[in-house]
Amino acid sequence: MFSGEKIWTLLEQLGVTHVVTVPDSTIGRWQSAIEQHGTTRLVRVCREGEAWQVAAGLYLGGATPLVLIQCTGLLESGDAIRNALHDFGLPLFAIIGYRSYLNQDTLPGDTCLIFTEPTLDAWKIDYRLIAEPSQFDEIGAHWTACRDAAVAGAILLAEGKA
Amino acid sequence: MSAPTTQAARATRMSAKDALAAVHATRGPRDIVITTMTPARDWMLLPQHPLDLVLVPSAMGSAPSMGLGLALAQPNRRVIVCNGDGSMLMNLGSLVSIVNARATNLVVIVFVNGTYEVTGSQPVPGAGVVDYAALARAAGFESVHAYASIDGWRSDVRRVLATTGPTFVALGVEPVHGQPGPKSPGPARERARRFMQALRA
Repeated sequence: MFSGEKIWTLLEQLGVTHVVTVPDSTIGRWQSAIEQHGTTRLVRVCREGEAWQVAAGLYLGGATPLVLIQCTGLLESGDAIRNALHDFGLPLFAIIGYRSYLNQDTLPGDTCLIFTEPTLDAWKIDYRLIAEPSQFDEIGAHWTACRDAAVAGAILLAEGKA
Repeated sequence: MSAPTTQAARATRMSAKDALAAVHATRGPRDIVITTMTPARDWMLLPQHPLDLVLVPSAMGSAPSMGLGLALAQPNRRVIVCNGDGSMLMNLGSLVSIVNARATNLVVIVFVNGTYEVTGSQPVPGAGVVDYAALARAAGFESVHAYASIDGWRSDVRRVLATTGPTFVALGVEPVHGQPGPKSPGPARERARRFMQALRA
């Protein structure tokens, strides 16, 4: 839906210092643009729960991290989210790829569509669903709103084929 | 150096309290020290420092990852993570992430007692078999150290902590059965706020 260059420009504008990520086939395409410019550091981790924990350390250390994962990884991140967002109260922000939202050809009946949004609600993460390119500006607006309120937030980015 | 998983090493394991006291005596005033599980319980018996981050409560296996984030955000400080072997097993991928991120100011110390001590000393998977130093080497750590005796650890701790990292240390420690788990030293949100203030000071 969005090019890596467009996302990198946004991250620069928002002051993101580190992108902590496990890729999927959509958000993974942004990595080269982020790395190419070099001003926002890409931190590759092995599992999504780890991404929240690394982001927690970055935030405590004064950085401005973004967690960039797929919704499947959100589902495995529960304990890390509980600890970082709710025990320590850290207002972390994530962009989460929403697998199969736009196209279920690869995974008909993908259960990600059943569990992703209720999971975000359960973890009390204020999220916005971005389903069309025209909503691009909502990403930065929601980031800013969450930052100003010092609350955790997320963008749920609609994706096509798995 | 000796591997703490050998038969001879198991016969001479140090106490976790002594091992932590050596870290405590060596850490610099600007160093960040993260503790969790059994190391957290015993660390809290020592005089506390504003840059101590006691991960109680924690997320499972989270200490090395929190340490990685802090090390990247604070590249001019040394970050020392005191982790348990059970916790390390829950987040082995973090070793790869740490090396990949080239966190040269990060030291991960694993206290290898072979048990989930805080839950009643059930054995961890692979107790007595897993070679944590070898795992770290396989993940790409170049600065890897293992000790079973307190004398060896006390003798080397200053040099090891000063090494350009990322650094991994496996300490063979004696399990202590029947001890309670670590108690939170206070509301985590307030501690996080104070910790961030201390970093800015």
